[in-house]
Amino acid sequence: MAEIRLENVHKAFGDFVAVREANLTIAQGQFFVLLGPSGCGKTTTLRMIAGLEIPTSGRILLAGEDVTNRRAADRDIAFVFQLFALYPHMNVRRNLTFPLVSQGVPRAEVRTRVAEVARLLRIEHLLELPVSGLTGGDRQRVALGRAIIRRPKAFLMDEPLGALDAEFRELMCEELRLLHDRIGATTVYVTHDQVEAMAMADVIAVMNQGEVLQAGPPTEVYNRPATLFVADFIGSPAMNLLPAMGPLAPGSDHARVNGAEIPIPRLRDGLAHEEGVLGARPEHITLSDTGPLRGRVFGVEYTGVRQIVVVDTQAGRVRVRSPNTVQVSAGETVGLEFSKEALVLFDRRSERALRSESIHGAGRG
Amino acid sequence: MSAASTRSVLEPSPWGQRFAALLVILYALITMIPLVWIGLTGLKTPPDAIAYPPKVVFDPSLEGYVNLFTARSRQTPEYMASLPPPTSWYDELVRKRNMVITGPSRFAERYMNSIIIGFGSTFLAVFLGTIAAYGFSRFKVPLKDDLLFFILSTRMMPPIAVAVPIFLMYRALGLSDTHLGMIILYTMVNVSLAVWLLKGFIDEIPMEYEEAALVDGYSRMQAFWKVVLPQAKTGIAATAIFCLIFAWNEYAFALLLTSGNAQTAPPFIPIIIGEGGLDWPAVAAGTTLFLLPIVFFTVLLRQHLLRGITFGAVRK
Ligand SMILES: Nc1ncnc2c1ncn2[C@@H]1O[C@H](COP(=O)(O)OP(=O)(O)O)[C@@H](O)[C@H]1O
Ligand SMILES: [Mg+2]
Repeated sequence: MAEIRLENVHKAFGDFVAVREANLTIAQGQFFVLLGPSGCGKTTTLRMIAGLEIPTSGRILLAGEDVTNRRAADRDIAFVFQLFALYPHMNVRRNLTFPLVSQGVPRAEVRTRVAEVARLLRIEHLLELPVSGLTGGDRQRVALGRAIIRRPKAFLMDEPLGALDAEFRELMCEELRLLHDRIGATTVYVTHDQVEAMAMADVIAVMNQGEVLQAGPPTEVYNRPATLFVADFIGSPAMNLLPAMGPLAPGSDHARVNGAEIPIPRLRDGLAHEEGVLGARPEHITLSDTGPLRGRVFGVEYTGVRQIVVVDTQAGRVRVRSPNTVQVSAGETVGLEFSKEALVLFDRRSERALRSESIHGAGRG
Repeated sequence: MSAASTRSVLEPSPWGQRFAALLVILYALITMIPLVWIGLTGLKTPPDAIAYPPKVVFDPSLEGYVNLFTARSRQTPEYMASLPPPTSWYDELVRKRNMVITGPSRFAERYMNSIIIGFGSTFLAVFLGTIAAYGFSRFKVPLKDDLLFFILSTRMMPPIAVAVPIFLMYRALGLSDTHLGMIILYTMVNVSLAVWLLKGFIDEIPMEYEEAALVDGYSRMQAFWKVVLPQAKTGIAATAIFCLIFAWNEYAFALLLTSGNAQTAPPFIPIIIGEGGLDWPAVAAGTTLFLLPIVFFTVLLRQHLLRGITFGAVRK
C-alpha cells in the first residue's frame, strides 16, 4: 500500500499531447477514480503509473520514491486490463500464480494465497478450468485475483467493468468497492461512466482532452464543478447551463439571466466581460408561479418518485427534477425558482467556475 | 418447425454437404494415385516394375529396398555356386540375380544429409524469423516498412536465378558441398517467408498479454518466452512446415552445389542405377522413404496447421 503522486506528468505521442501536465496525489488506501470521455488520456495516465509508458516529462512517485523511469516489473503495481488479458494458454490457477512465480514465492505460500484469494472472490470451483470458457464475470474475478494475490503497492484498473453487461456491472461495482474496503489497497480506477465513478470513488479526477480539470470527493465534483466541462459531464441529467450577463464585480450576489435577477452566493471573483454562465442542477430548481425565470413546459419524463420536467425558456432549455406530486403538462407556462446556495457561476471564456461564498465551500479548479 | 429451418443460413444443405464431401474425396483419390503408384513400385521386382501393360497385382518383393540400401556386384554362376549358403534374407534375395552385396549404398548418408540440412535450416529460419517478426511487430523500427519490403523482395525472383553468383561465392568461401553452406542457403531463402508469416501471427497476439506479464514482474525476454511464444505456437508450426517442405524438396541448388559430401536425397534418388538403366523399384523405395518425414512432421503438428494455414482467419 502506498501513496501515488504525479508531478507535472506530460505525455506526447509525436505532436499529439495525450496527457498535459497532470498533477495528482492519490493517498494511501484511497479509491481514486479517473473519469473522462473516451480518448481523454485516462489509459495513458494509468499506463504511465504502471510503467508501461514513460512520461515525456514530469515525475511519478510511489510511496515517496521516484519511479518515473523504473521498469514495470520492478514497481510492484498490479494492473487489471480493460479486457482482462488473462493468459489464454494457462488455466485459472496458473493465471493466479503467474505473478507469484516471478517473485519466487515458496510453493506452500503460493498454495495458501491461491486458496485465500479464491475464497475471497468465490472462484474456488474454477481453479482448474481453462480461462477460455469463463464468463465475463468470472474472467473479471480471475483478473482481480491475479492482481490481489501479489499484495502489490497499488492496484490500477482500466475500465474493468466495461466488458460486462449492465446488470452484472452494478453487482461488480458493489463487490469491487466492498473488496477495496476489506483490503484497503490504494486503487486507481479508470472509467468513462460517471455513475460508476460517483458510486465508488473516494476521490474523482475528471479529465478531458489530456487535462485533469478537477480532483475531489464526488460531492464536491458534483456540487462545485470547476469547469463547464465537469458541470456538463457529471450528473444525469447534466447541470443546466444558462447564459448570464456580465460584467459582475467581486461581491455581486445576483446573476442576470435573460433579464431576470437570480440571487446567487456572493462572488469572490468578478467577471470582467459579458459572457457568464449560470449553472444549476435539476434538483436545485423548483417549479413555482413566482419564479423569476418563466418558460413553457416542453415535456415530462417520469423516473419513479421523481420526474424531469423539461421547460423551454428564453434563456434555453432547462431540466427540473421535481417530485411527481407536482402536476404539470406540456404547453403550460411555469416559473422557475433557483436554490441560491447551490448555484455556480462560470466564466464562458475561461470555462472556469468563479469562486464564491457558497455553503459547499469555494469552488476549486 | 421443420428440421430444415433449424439450420443456420450459412450452413450448406445436407445434400450440398454430401456433394462437397464427394468432391473432396474424389480430389484426394486423384492426387493419391501417383503416390500409391510410387509406393507400389517400391515393392515390385525390377522386371515387374517395367512390365507392360503395368502390373497392378504382383508378388510384393523387398528387392527395391535392398537395392536402395546396398551396393552390389554381378558374379559368374561358378563363383555364386562356390559361396557358402546365404546368411540373411537380403543376401538370398540378391543372389537370386547372380549378385553379391559389396557394402552399404550411400543412400543412408544422403538421407541423413537431408535431415541435417532440412531441419537445421528450418530451425534457423523459424528462430530468426520469430525474433525478427517480434521486433517488427512490437517495436518502433526505423524504416520498418522499407525493411519489411526489402525482406520480402529477396523472395521475388526465383532463388535459382542467382545460382551462378552463389556458386562462385560458395567456391571462394569454401562453402560448396558443406552442410553449413546448404543450411545457410536454405535459411536465407526461407527466412523472408518466415518473417512475413510470423509477423502476421504475432501481430494478432494482443500486446496486453505481454504487458500483463511485465507488470506481473517479468522481463521483456521472459514475457516473450512465457506468454508470446506459447500463443504463437500455431504460427510457428505452420511456418516451420512451409520452410521444411521447401528445404526438404529443394533440388536445383542441391544438384549444383553438393556432390560427394553434403549431397541431399533429392539429387541422389533419381540417379540410382540398376542393371540396364535406372533401378525403378529402388528409386520408388527411396522416394517413399523420402516422403515420410514430411508426412510425419505434418501429422505431428496437424492440430496447429488447420488454424495456422488459414493465417489466423479463424483464430479464436
Ligand atoms: N501509443 C500511442 N500512440 C499514439 N497515440 C496514442 C497512443 N496511445 C494513446 N494514444 C492517443 O492518446 C489519446 C488518449 O488515449 P487513451 O489514454 O487510451 O484514452 P482513454 O483511455 O481515456 O480512452 C487517444 O487519442 C489515443 O489515440
Ligand atoms: Mg482507455
